[in-house]
Amino acid sequence: MSGPDKKTETHRLVAKLLVVVLAMFGFGYALVPLYEIICEVTGLNGKTGQVSLAGVTGPDTSRVITVRFTATVNSAAPWDFQPNDRVMEVHPGGLYETSYQAKNRTGHLLVGQAAPSVVPREASLYFNKTECFCFTRQEFGPDEVRDMPVQFVIDRNIPAHIETLVLSYTFFDITEKG
Amino acid sequence: MSTAAPAEHDHHEEHATGLTRWLTTTNHKDIGTLYLWFSFIMFFVGGFMALIIRAELFQPGLQIVDPQFFNSMTTMHALIMIFGAVMPAFVGLANWMIPMMLGAPDMALPRMNNWSFWILPFAFAMLLGTLFMDGGAPAAGWTMYAPLVLQTGDAFPFMIFSIHLMGISSVMGAINIVATILNMRAPGMTLLRMPLFVWTWLITAYLLIAVMPVLAGAVTMLLTDKFFGTSFFNAAGGGDPVMFQHIFWFFGHPEVYILILPAFGIMSQIIPTFARKPLFGYASMVYASASIAFLSFIVWAHHMFTVGMPLAGQLFFMFATMLIAVPTGVKVFNWVATMWRGAMTFETPMLFAISFVILFTIGGFSGLMLAITPADFQYHDSYFVVAHFHYVLVPGAIFAIIAGVYYWLPKWTGRMYSEPLGKLHFWTSMIFMNITFFPMHFVGLAGMPRRIPDYAVQFADFNMIASIGAFGFGFSQLIFLYIVLRAIRTGEPATAQVWEGAHGLEWTLPSPAPYHTFDTPPDPQLIVKEGHS
Repeated sequence: MSGPDKKTETHRLVAKLLVVVLAMFGFGYALVPLYEIICEVTGLNGKTGQVSLAGVTGPDTSRVITVRFTATVNSAAPWDFQPNDRVMEVHPGGLYETSYQAKNRTGHLLVGQAAPSVVPREASLYFNKTECFCFTRQEFGPDEVRDMPVQFVIDRNIPAHIETLVLSYTFFDITEKG
Repeated sequence: MSTAAPAEHDHHEEHATGLTRWLTTTNHKDIGTLYLWFSFIMFFVGGFMALIIRAELFQPGLQIVDPQFFNSMTTMHALIMIFGAVMPAFVGLANWMIPMMLGAPDMALPRMNNWSFWILPFAFAMLLGTLFMDGGAPAAGWTMYAPLVLQTGDAFPFMIFSIHLMGISSVMGAINIVATILNMRAPGMTLLRMPLFVWTWLITAYLLIAVMPVLAGAVTMLLTDKFFGTSFFNAAGGGDPVMFQHIFWFFGHPEVYILILPAFGIMSQIIPTFARKPLFGYASMVYASASIAFLSFIVWAHHMFTVGMPLAGQLFFMFATMLIAVPTGVKVFNWVATMWRGAMTFETPMLFAISFVILFTIGGFSGLMLAITPADFQYHDSYFVVAHFHYVLVPGAIFAIIAGVYYWLPKWTGRMYSEPLGKLHFWTSMIFMNITFFPMHFVGLAGMPRRIPDYAVQFADFNMIASIGAFGFGFSQLIFLYIVLRAIRTGEPATAQVWEGAHGLEWTLPSPAPYHTFDTPPDPQLIVKEGHS
């Protein structure tokens, strides 16, 4: 039963199983990019498209879409943060610009970072930004006030039943993380 | 069946003595015993925490513990019961029984076996040590959802590392079990002649190998998010807290089948013995277990319907979840069909087995209710969920373990337990268990949230009943401890076959099973004759 053959066989099997263990550990990490891709493809979480000029095809004046802007500060961080336009009426395919204003309420340097989101999530697939202050470090000196521009275009292919969408920015304090 | 097929064991009781024996042992029976005692101790530790929870919930208002400590108790109770009581108990039973059932002399990797057990006391010493740290023990729930769990105090890295250790231990145990089953079977013991306990453990071991590393990855991400500036689950850095839930439940759902498949195996050994009929539908049992294992990988998001997902996702996870009822139904049908027109007797293991079939099925039905996405929005995070998973884990996993202990104890110790005391233990456990958990369905449906130390006064009566049941159930387990100790010391000597209807290689060995068994493989004829029953 426990001849040398049996032993090598067992060791070979254990080696194979250990490969599976390592592969599954890697798979756990692979779920991270996989999740990003799934969210992007399906528009889950309201993740907006890439920063690109794709979709700027000239305005389709036959349609008007209402875009509302909202702003949130995470965890009561010491910022004032609001959109400079609350509402815009736009045509799909046209390029538009607006901005958000942030103010450092403290007397020292703060670093912030914003994460965007679009609802309804179905619309997020058609909402492209050509310029955005999201996901980049924003340094604010003591009491500094600054406007941060957003350029966007709504794809002409956006389904007809979407008449209003909301672009929301959440501002995070990442001073400690640097 | 009392004729021992294997040759004489001339090196019979040749092993170190005292503490060294237990520290250095590579014998599958010793290691099985260590696992079982460890899990028994953890069962009482986790049970004590449950009683703190139920004492606080005896009346509305805050009486006994502060809310932070209450949350620590729910978190630690779950971690200890899952990773410290139920999983090690199954591994202990596997260690004891699988080599004997297969006609193998020992586990395939005896030294790794020693190591995989001895990691556990360290893991749990570390986890329990967090109770005395600044900021208290982990209190964010056993599911460790980010970002809440990142607020844990000094306990945080200790919790993560103890989970890593538990994971390493179970993966090593699982590899050992797969290697034993695939490579150590006696000649003539084909895969489809294996007892079902062995089959369900083979499938469980594969589940462990597949998902414990994913849990290890998830908690490592938490660790680096907290201490090394990564942003896996931090929205400020472009991460997503909901992603933690997806990764966690990708591990978590197969985990719940890890907690129940070996129980299915134990049932499939016990019921034929006391029904004195072969198991009905052996092959369908094997396929049903494998289907359950497969489906467990594609239903994880039913734990998180309320975080928001597309309609297609909700429908997929709802129907995939409901699909699991089919193979599970096959199993329940087969157990009932095995009992049908059998010459049944109702010794303690059988009583626990029959109550398993009924009460586990109740837990399965409440699971189906939770699977219905629109209804889940009401049930989510309520006591209904608590009732559901306790019905599948207490009269499911734990009753199966208890039944297995009564069933095999005479083989391990060579002595019978006291049948009247066993019956007393069964009836108190079964009645108090229902008094504890059944009212939770009602308060849950009426809207009582879980993991909260206080509740609205309209839930007071049912909570008081549940708390009384919990204390009754807890103290009933002391009867169990007494029965086991008494059997070891003064029980009546057991015969080799122990139970009139028992079939399988393990029952051809003398009781107690000698320290070394099947050094020479059993006669293939014997394997055919003892067949799977």
